Amino acid sequence: MADSIYVSRLVKRYGSFAAVKGISFRVKKGEIFGFLGPNGAGKTTTVHVLTTIINKTSGQAKVAGFDVSKDKEKVRSAIGIVFQDPSLDDRLTGYENLDFHAIIYGIGKDERKKRIADMLEMVELTDSAGKLVEKYSGGMRRRLEIARGLLNKPEVLFLDEPTIGLDAQTRRHILDYIKNLNKKYKLSIFITTHYIEEADYICNRIAIIDHGKIVACDTPQNLKQKLEGDAAIVKLESEESSNKLIAAMKLEKFVKSTRKDGLNLYVYVKEAESAIPKIMSIAYKAGIKVTSVEVHKPSLEDVFIYYTGRTIRDTEAESNERIRGIMRSRMR
Amino acid sequence: MNRNLAAIYVLWLRAMKRFKRSPSQIIGSVAMPFLFLIFLGAGFSAVKFPGLPPDFSYIDFLVPGILGMSMLFAATTAGISLLWDRQFGFLKEVMVAPVSRLSIMLGRTFGGITTAFLQSLLLIIFALFIGFHIVSIAGLFVSFGFMLLIGLVFISIGLILASVITDMQGFGLILNLLIFPIFFLSGAIYPVSALPSFIRYVTYFNPLTYGVDGMRGALLGVSVFPVWTDAVVLGVTALVMLALGAYSFSKAKAVA
Repeated sequence: MADSIYVSRLVKRYGSFAAVKGISFRVKKGEIFGFLGPNGAGKTTTVHVLTTIINKTSGQAKVAGFDVSKDKEKVRSAIGIVFQDPSLDDRLTGYENLDFHAIIYGIGKDERKKRIADMLEMVELTDSAGKLVEKYSGGMRRRLEIARGLLNKPEVLFLDEPTIGLDAQTRRHILDYIKNLNKKYKLSIFITTHYIEEADYICNRIAIIDHGKIVACDTPQNLKQKLEGDAAIVKLESEESSNKLIAAMKLEKFVKSTRKDGLNLYVYVKEAESAIPKIMSIAYKAGIKVTSVEVHKPSLEDVFIYYTGRTIRDTEAESNERIRGIMRSRMR
Repeated sequence: MNRNLAAIYVLWLRAMKRFKRSPSQIIGSVAMPFLFLIFLGAGFSAVKFPGLPPDFSYIDFLVPGILGMSMLFAATTAGISLLWDRQFGFLKEVMVAPVSRLSIMLGRTFGGITTAFLQSLLLIIFALFIGFHIVSIAGLFVSFGFMLLIGLVFISIGLILASVITDMQGFGLILNLLIFPIFFLSGAIYPVSALPSFIRYVTYFNPLTYGVDGMRGALLGVSVFPVWTDAVVLGVTALVMLALGAYSFSKAKAVA
């Protein structure tokens, strides 16, 4: 079976700056595949190449079995796109935006009416369909764009930061839509995001992208398991008791490693919940007083730090600056 | 329906809907040529231009020029609307549709021509109230043909510039720099024969000269060149510009 997306050593350069530096990945049919990375990591550039908006510099990329450079029109008919920035005509009504899209994609009149009605209902915009889009809220626009992206019954749906700028409630709402679509239509979905929780919540597989390179690619579970595992954070009363406990822990088989952070002792284990009683009884026997215990489950945030050496928030400011600098120099 | 034809139709329909919903755009774009018509008409009414038949007034002479102006301004409107679409993202939506760039360009062009033509029709009606005579209905229809050709030429130019220049201010400056010489050196408000000879030669390279002259020939029966010469020159220019427009549009960036 052909992959929904096949990318091999894809490179995109802007002058001397390489936005995408030779990435490879596959997206299987019916999969939600996430691209996680800070702003400026090359996510949108990748989406633009895969959706035929910009040309690649080198490498190979196929979407729905068609080459993105040679079979542009075939790729375009097979995909639906929700761009990062708005792409609606706000002087038209919601209905007109959908209708015009469907006409261009060659959908006949009766079929058009039916599909638009279905889509509007799905994104709960039936009542607002006659309003001009300029009167829509951010969440409504996003939902309309998702509806539009699905009108032509695409094989692959591209979502470029679909929840950016939306409040938490609307975000969750939209993510649930996306999950449902994937289930209902067995639709392959390529989603980019810089929200870690979002990727964790929705994706079957995630590629972590940083500075134009994929640094890790796996299921969220596997990515997390590759780390040290859970941590039981044991808070102690003194430096001395901390050292004592470390010595005691070194003798135990269930302990992978330990790390001291002030009076907090991180005990890395496979599963923290079952390890805590053991740790407690060892501490009790050794006469060490424990102030409190906390369970820390590895998050994708930890995964991101592990692979890139910094948090996703740290990288944002830095890469925004870089992109702006590039834009400025290119404008002149 | 063929997808490319569908795209042309949709983009045209979109232009119509937007036009209808924006009364300020209609008033604004008709007001400027209309004011030119009134002020120039009043100011020059006493001046005798050589070559103008005695039973025609300056208004009769001026109306074809102002119609040309109105069609010329379609270049700005078409270009700006492309820049806005790029700025506000709608262009991406159109550019990723499975249709040819040529059909997108044609759809925009036809949309622009239709709006400019409707505005020019309004101008003709206004002009009737301030003393403009329609000599023959056939001539009127011939002048419609010239208006459409002028629109085709200049909308293509507007789209070419908007494909190349991506910032709004730069586009406005350059287009104004182009449009005013084109307007004043076209014989729209005074006969080309009144100009010193070296400038007169420049006007021969101006497509609007042939458009205005052709309209004058059709509406008043007086023209510098035979009407068919005007039609051929303008028609060929329109085809060349359309081809250039299609080429630069195919290279245009979808994102700012």
